[in-house]
Amino acid sequence: MEALLETKTLAAAKINHGLTAEKKIHFLRQMLRIRRFEQTALKQYQTSGQIGGFLHLYSGQESVAVGTLSLCGENDHVIAGYRMHGHALTAGMSMNECMAELFGRATGCSKGKGGSMHFFAPDKNFWGGHGIVGGQTPLGLGLAFGLKYKGLKGCCLCFLGDGAVNQGAYHESLNLAALWDLPVIYIIENNQYSMGTSLERSSAFSKCLAARAEAYDIVWDHVSGEDLYEVRAKTWTAIQRAHTESRPTVLEIATYRYFGHSVSDANAKKYRRPEEIEKYRTLHDPIQLWQKRLLEEEVLTEAQATELDAAAAAEAEEAVRFAKESPIPNPADIFSDVYSEVDRQTAAGQTGKFFFND
Amino acid sequence: MPVITYRKALNDALAEELTRDENVVILGEEVAQYNGAYKVTEGLWKRFGDKRVWDTPISEAAFVGLGVGASMMGLRPVVELMFWSFAFVAYDQVVNNAGCIRYMSGGLVNLPMVIRGPANGGTNVGATHSHTPESILAHNPGIKVVCPATAYDAKGLMKTAIRDDDPVFVMENTLLYGETWEVPEEEYLIPLGVADVKREGADVSLIAHGRATITSLKAAELLAQEHNIHAEVVDLRSIRPLDEDAILRSVRKTHRAVLVDENKPFCAVSAQIATIIQQKAFDDLDAPVLRVCSLDAPAIYSPRLEKLQLPTPERVVEKVLSLV
Ligand SMILES: Cc1ncc(C[n+]2csc(CCOP(=O)(O)OP(=O)(O)O)c2C)c(N)n1
Repeated sequence: MEALLETKTLAAAKINHGLTAEKKIHFLRQMLRIRRFEQTALKQYQTSGQIGGFLHLYSGQESVAVGTLSLCGENDHVIAGYRMHGHALTAGMSMNECMAELFGRATGCSKGKGGSMHFFAPDKNFWGGHGIVGGQTPLGLGLAFGLKYKGLKGCCLCFLGDGAVNQGAYHESLNLAALWDLPVIYIIENNQYSMGTSLERSSAFSKCLAARAEAYDIVWDHVSGEDLYEVRAKTWTAIQRAHTESRPTVLEIATYRYFGHSVSDANAKKYRRPEEIEKYRTLHDPIQLWQKRLLEEEVLTEAQATELDAAAAAEAEEAVRFAKESPIPNPADIFSDVYSEVDRQTAAGQTGKFFFND
Repeated sequence: MPVITYRKALNDALAEELTRDENVVILGEEVAQYNGAYKVTEGLWKRFGDKRVWDTPISEAAFVGLGVGASMMGLRPVVELMFWSFAFVAYDQVVNNAGCIRYMSGGLVNLPMVIRGPANGGTNVGATHSHTPESILAHNPGIKVVCPATAYDAKGLMKTAIRDDDPVFVMENTLLYGETWEVPEEEYLIPLGVADVKREGADVSLIAHGRATITSLKAAELLAQEHNIHAEVVDLRSIRPLDEDAILRSVRKTHRAVLVDENKPFCAVSAQIATIIQQKAFDDLDAPVLRVCSLDAPAIYSPRLEKLQLPTPERVVEKVLSLV
């Protein structure tokens, strides 16, 4: 089976051709911000005792969020799974509101009600991280449906993992996306593992997850996450298809995560050989590769790179300070944001009781 | 006043709201060209066209989820489940997404959508098609649940549900679709969370929702004629929000309560009502709160037995007589 798309041009592709040095450096900055944000969050998780629950780190996959979201225009929307710090920051959310959310503070993007897997920023067209594997895939359909219904030239980028591909909701969504010509792009971030289960042990046809889309008459392609140019070129083709033909696309982007499934992954070191992780970290790191490329292209200097990294680290430290100094939510806030009607105190809300105690 | 069926009242509500607001869209299996499995959407596709009324494949997770996503984008989808029993196939979308997204986003995302369709048994279609999921769903904060008992209520509640900014689950009742009631021609809305006293009485309160309200009215009639006992029938209409005041007002008046509920008894809606009464009106009670629920087994097919499995007027009468 072979991918239908041929985008060999990559760096020379139209969408990459006109990139200014400034833009290219900006991509590096965004990737570094994700890496530093998470590194800092991890340290806080381990030392401060103030971050609870799961913390699914995106380190190693940064080029996917940065490359794909770099193409989003006014009417393009994004929805993601639970490993979504990278998408959230790239969509324009601030480190402060994200870190404060991890700390469960009132200043968090979801006022401390969502936590790591559930950042939202509708004003930035970011419709959240979603904790149920594959559960976001039909929501992505709905976002695309809404765009089409309103006659807007836009699309929805819907991210999922290689494990989520085995969920029924995803397959139902592919059928409906193709049947109704919905401008949705499913982006499978194939990091080769769903929790501790490798692709070989979870997928019947593990060589090509994207190819399953063929059964639904949906165009698909393989993308290397190592190369921002490739990510951008192929995503652009998909976005064009969504904008002009209102047709869906499935992209499978090869990538790798460095840390365990989450920070509480008890077997983080057991299901992957250390040499494997080491190989990806040293030879395939998307940030290092991009930086090297920009040095070669002479749009960046070593000193600038160091500076960008230091700035990202400082921003993350500042976010920790912000989070730590932020108030925890008021206990009464447990009951806000459940119903729109309760928050706005409409007539019916005054008659009927929404909340019950024992 | 015109007399129309429960089904027609719902159909009118949908048509009026489709006309009023172009963000309203209808989605579901067989709702368009086939005119709806229970004909609630009859004629809507013909009248409003492909853009407003959509036949979906048999993909509950996908089209319920699509409804949630579309409501994020500012539409007001009305999603039909052919049977509410099928909500279990889309439970993730119904509970995790429709129910939790507003909260988890700290109030940034509103989900103005309706999920509707027939619930409850009584049509001899066996256990998988006869569930009463209102207690299971109303259990989850973030969701509103309404159960209209008459054509008048069905229309007024449906129109309000569509205009509501929260996800509202409207549980219709298969056995009521063909029943008729008076429904005015002029437009009206019924607020969610306001119960309705369907019959006044001083001796005992029958508290019900959905078709159990009709069963209670028949029981009240029997009680009056044969035993000179005057039962008050309180129709909750909406489970979440719940009109606690109406429940307590009636119990304080009659001092006795029998809860009539087509749910199975364990963890039922009526279990919640009983808790509220004993906590807040204990001193007003002259007798324990009793319940008449569906018998505690999956819905039986056997047509003669299913009639007995659901609450009957006779069982309600018997329960009331044990109290007075
Ligand atoms: C429906 C559901 N089943 C199981 C889980 C638990 N779980 C969370 S993430 C995960 C692995 C998913 O892997 P993948 O989709 O490949 O994403 P990745 O972690 O690689 O980003 C599992 C099993 C869940 N959250 N939801």
